[in-house]
Amino acid sequence: MSLDTVGLALAGTARRTRRRTRPSALVVASIALLGIVAVASVLAPVITPYAPDATDILNSSAGPTSEHLLGTDGTGRDTLSRLLIGAQLSLLAPLAVAVITTAVGALLGLAAARIGGAFDMIVSRAMDIVFAFPTLLLALLAVAVFGPGLTAPICALALGYIPFVGRIVRSAAIQEQAKPYVGSHAVMGFSELAITVRHIFPNIAPVLLAQATLTFGYAMLDIAALSYLGLGVQPPAADWGSMIAQSQSAVLQGNLWSILFPGMAVILTVLAVNVLGESLSDRFSLASRSAR
Amino acid sequence: MIFRLIGSRLLAAIVTMGVAAVVIYGSLRLIPGDPVSAITAGTRLTSEQRAALREKLGLNQGFVSGFTHWLGSVLQLDFGQSMVYGSSVNDLLAARMPTTVTLVLYAAALSLVLGLGMALVSATRPGIIDRIGLVVTSLSIATPSFVVALVLLGVFAVQLRMFPATGSGDGFGDMVYHLTLPAIALMVATFGLVARIMRATFREELVSEHVEVARSRGVARMDILRRHVVRNSVGPMMTITALLLAALFIGTAIVETAFGVDGIGQLLVVSIARRDFPVVQAISLLSVGLFVVTSTIADLALPFVDARVRAVGGLR
Repeated sequence: MSLDTVGLALAGTARRTRRRTRPSALVVASIALLGIVAVASVLAPVITPYAPDATDILNSSAGPTSEHLLGTDGTGRDTLSRLLIGAQLSLLAPLAVAVITTAVGALLGLAAARIGGAFDMIVSRAMDIVFAFPTLLLALLAVAVFGPGLTAPICALALGYIPFVGRIVRSAAIQEQAKPYVGSHAVMGFSELAITVRHIFPNIAPVLLAQATLTFGYAMLDIAALSYLGLGVQPPAADWGSMIAQSQSAVLQGNLWSILFPGMAVILTVLAVNVLGESLSDRFSLASRSAR
Repeated sequence: MIFRLIGSRLLAAIVTMGVAAVVIYGSLRLIPGDPVSAITAGTRLTSEQRAALREKLGLNQGFVSGFTHWLGSVLQLDFGQSMVYGSSVNDLLAARMPTTVTLVLYAAALSLVLGLGMALVSATRPGIIDRIGLVVTSLSIATPSFVVALVLLGVFAVQLRMFPATGSGDGFGDMVYHLTLPAIALMVATFGLVARIMRATFREELVSEHVEVARSRGVARMDILRRHVVRNSVGPMMTITALLLAALFIGTAIVETAFGVDGIGQLLVVSIARRDFPVVQAISLLSVGLFVVTSTIADLALPFVDARVRAVGGLR
């Protein structure tokens, strides 16, 4: 090893550790926001000031007051209570999509990279074909087949996002397995499976996490759209998308309060998720660049 | 080399459309239980009507013969009859096509102008302007089109009365006027991604050696941008346009519903709620077809607009 490669390696580690210790304020704020939303949704049944379906018809379509902190909707239901309860489905559904997509996408991407040959070609082609279906179209088709609800669209969206995870995992794994240590482990007699599970997977896990986070954000937008169209969550259950749909009649009467908070809830959550996903993704590409 | 490239790209497009056709046709067969009773739930049918419907949907044939029969009519551009409206799917689509095509092109034009403009400004002015650009594009990516639609409705249609709240207008001028708010709603939700991707592409060109050489030769700033940076980014620009058109087409389902525009998107949503399968299948095929056609054209046109691809058969 010549001197300048040592220097490069040291410079690389120095840059990495400096970045590790200093996540940007925006990333910290995003994590804090997502933490608050997650905790609030778990505690929702306990902390809601009103029952989410209780109507206060005299105070309908009201702005924020001391009684109703975020106002009420068109039928006088408390917006804060409905936001908190609605957070449960709004977060759980995209979480389910992200978990299924990540698991299947990682498995397919890793298998394609490690097995290679015809299997790799078939998996890659299949992912190209799925990519041609807009994810929202897949979710809509699932509703056409199985009727309104969330279970079928969750599966359809998970399928639709597999190429987003699978392609990136595949190329990351191909990069990783070209490194000398993989060959030397194979020569030492470690099995392909052991190398994949113990070395390649942990090394591509950060990129997988980044992609899972971004998938969560996109899936949240798709599911909110589905509920807005009246094809997702069915009443009396509510999520943020269906709350936005229900605010439409109030908006058409010139009352913009009713859309403000559910709209902000979706935008801020997706924004925070994307900030987090992008920072994870940047950090990984930086780490892999300095490691090379 | 180049002919093999074109051939394999066309083959991939045909295979994708074939698989899409199988999936879209097969969706009818995936319905749990008896498709006919699921589709017609809530209406009373005599057993003859039931049998006729089963016959018309090709459900009493095997999958393969049913599929080949269906594909045969689809290839002759016959999508069958709507189960809700009674008229032919072609008539339903033809009546709504001008509205939706106008909306998609209108929104694409707005999104591309704003997205590319922002990308160019962000790429060339690092620092505070680039930072602001990042915040704006992040907001655009995180904002659902229906939230923008409702805000636009509340502000510009209801309170300021500058634009109509529903409908698609008569005549082309009136239609464009009616479609302005829907197009803006789609633009707000899509320009961020265009700006992000193109900013990265422009940035890559800006730090490249040929730009450095041009700068050191004293080539004017605008000429560098036009002849070196933008010129070399045409490939990604075409790809993002293809993706954008396909995304906007399915996006009309949301925005047309929000604004009560009687177009293909709203027809898709209504048909899905009522399980009007012939219509759903036709629009789904259109949606996938649009993606396949635009992205194939973008790939195939690349050698004609980029001499580097013509020379080596691919970038890099």
